[in-house]
Amino acid sequence: MDFLISNFAEILFYVLAGLTVLGSVGVITLKNPVHAALSLLGTFFIVAVLFVLQHAEFLAAVQVMVYAGGIMVLFLFVIMLVSVRGLKTQAAFLSPLIPVAVIGAILVGALIASAVLLGVFASGVGSAEALQTVDGVTLGNTEAVGMVLYTKYLVPFEVVSVVLLVAMIGAIVFGRKDRFIEEHEGEVGS
Amino acid sequence: MITATHYLVLSLVMFSLGLIGVMVRRNFITVLMSLELIFNAVNLNLIAFSFRLGDLSGQILAIFVITVAAAEAAIGLGLIIALTRLKDTVILDDASEMRS
Repeated sequence: MDFLISNFAEILFYVLAGLTVLGSVGVITLKNPVHAALSLLGTFFIVAVLFVLQHAEFLAAVQVMVYAGGIMVLFLFVIMLVSVRGLKTQAAFLSPLIPVAVIGAILVGALIASAVLLGVFASGVGSAEALQTVDGVTLGNTEAVGMVLYTKYLVPFEVVSVVLLVAMIGAIVFGRKDRFIEEHEGEVGS
Repeated sequence: MITATHYLVLSLVMFSLGLIGVMVRRNFITVLMSLELIFNAVNLNLIAFSFRLGDLSGQILAIFVITVAAAEAAIGLGLIIALTRLKDTVILDDASEMRS
């Protein structure tokens, strides 16, 4: 019990990291897209918990709301919209590229092993204080993020709103029923 | 003690899994989900460094990454709808019109 209490942070991290990797493997191996989407949803939630552990509380909330609430609903909506008829499960994997993926996995493993063996574990624990301070007063992470976002990073913030606008227009254009396709129905696919 | 390297290794594993998913899957929807995994790995990296350096810039950059990920998801899913309407498929190999 003492071991559990004194090593709580480590145990928590390793459990969450294992669940994250498990969810990621589920996303790329499950054949049914709905199952993969649910696996991705779980991964998003666990990553949000990891954000909280890093004292990024505001981003954890944004992660849950935007990813789990917005993007995943969009994914599931599209999966339902295109129907399972077109999702041929027997053609789930691109088999000629699996050796490439295996080689890549081995290289990544070598990278991790070198990090562990060479002992390059970066020391130093950050302070949560700096992430919660506004003008020398400790308020909270949300206040601090808002303060930095609307002063130092105001111009990038405005620019990124244009990115969202362009994406919105692009999605409307792609999703619109195209008159050209209607006129040439049957010619394109044959 | 949990150091930044722990988070970087986790981020590396997640990024690689997403990359493998993008490479080997043939279903367009699953490829997009793997891309989301890659974005999340990047965010984890940024947050880890933000905490260690005591600098909020990493968290701000992560917000921008989330914004771009949302834009990418909207465009990508719009493309899926267009592809389904045109060819009634979401398998990437079937979309080979530009191959001569």
